[in-house]
Amino acid sequence: MRTPLIAMLAMAPALGFAAEGAWVTLPGEPEFATVLAYEDSQSRVAIAPFDLMTRPVTNADFLGFVTRHPDWRRGSAAPVFVSGEYLAHWSGPLSLGAAALPEQPATQVSWFAASAYCEALGARLPTWSEWEYAAAADATRADARQDPAWRETILAWYSKPSGEALALAGSGAADVHGIRDLHGLVWEWVDDYAAMLVSADNRDQGDADLLKFCGAGALSTNDRENYAVLMRIAMLSALEAVDSTRNLGFRCAREVSRAKDPS
Amino acid sequence: MKSFIVSGCLLAFFAHTPNFASEAVPADSIYQLQASFQDQQDRSFQLAERRGRPQLVAMFYTSCKYVCPLIIDSVKGVEHGLTAAEREGLDFLLVSIDPARDDVAALASVAKKRKLDAHWTLARTDERAVRKLAALLGVRYRALEDGEFNHTSTLYLLDAQGRKLTSSSKLGTVPDPEFVAAVRAALN
Repeated sequence: MRTPLIAMLAMAPALGFAAEGAWVTLPGEPEFATVLAYEDSQSRVAIAPFDLMTRPVTNADFLGFVTRHPDWRRGSAAPVFVSGEYLAHWSGPLSLGAAALPEQPATQVSWFAASAYCEALGARLPTWSEWEYAAAADATRADARQDPAWRETILAWYSKPSGEALALAGSGAADVHGIRDLHGLVWEWVDDYAAMLVSADNRDQGDADLLKFCGAGALSTNDRENYAVLMRIAMLSALEAVDSTRNLGFRCAREVSRAKDPS
Repeated sequence: MKSFIVSGCLLAFFAHTPNFASEAVPADSIYQLQASFQDQQDRSFQLAERRGRPQLVAMFYTSCKYVCPLIIDSVKGVEHGLTAAEREGLDFLLVSIDPARDDVAALASVAKKRKLDAHWTLARTDERAVRKLAALLGVRYRALEDGEFNHTSTLYLLDAQGRKLTSSSKLGTVPDPEFVAAVRAALN
């Protein structure tokens, strides 16, 4: 028993993948400039320090979860929480098969299933603001968003056809925080995907729906040049919590653990 | 004719047997959500305990100045569109999206001020369960800097097992006739 475990541990760094369950603490930003033009906050959001997984959750990780939590297996999970697409590319409820390599990101999971996975770890999905803040980094800067070269690099992924097999989770370059694959691999669920009240969905529904949103609802953007992030917003705001797609995965976030706090 | 009466009696028997509540919640029911709720009288309950009668469900928060009072008005509008007998078979469940501020006292205060009877449950739960219930219903909301919320305002009709039947976003004291018809169909 011991030998394969040691072999696996030895292999992971050699392959260049972040080890399962690896987290890093992000310092946060008291006045992070989000691309979302919220009327109420002048588009500055406070990001408290938080822990984030260094790579998306993989099929192997998710297989471990459904093994421990039978309620979340394909075929067992209640249809109010998952659609027919849920883990449909796996060969069985407890087997991955050729279309789902263990190291590929777990996709075709609903928001409910992704949330349940993170909760089983005492964690949660990141908020949109946390995700956007983390994804602003490049290899050397915490916020590279004003660099046209950074934008070009990220946009290149969005122009790739989505029919190709997904790369392995953790195979992207690490950013300044040590986090990989925020861009270039999969779309990712966020905890408050439903908070993205993009006005498009209540725009043309007539007078009866003028009151669909209470308060200063519609949001727009401060940063029209940042297409890559805006595409994320458009995608997330179109989703329902049971939805899942071949290119939609997730990673977890959690409060900074007290054990790590020197004070 | 005889067999009809017998099966009718059996149905009535099963509907009132105490085991009814312990039967499995249907897989397509919103009552699959396992979370603890508190009502305006500080009673704890699970959504699955609401089985047995159709429900009108909406999400709101008590400090909301504009649309939320209108949500209560709209539910009352539906209530008033029904006969007294029909009203007896329907319950109303309003869940707060603002659990940090909407404690039991805040819920009780609204229930008293708006003269809400025993058919009405104003409820709170934890933030995680609020997000999940909103996702199950299709409610979208976001907390604003000033303590208000942006949120969609829709009434949802659930059947006696907690399955979503239909919804209406037409708010106001004059109820949406199609929605009232759907409520009536669920009751009969």
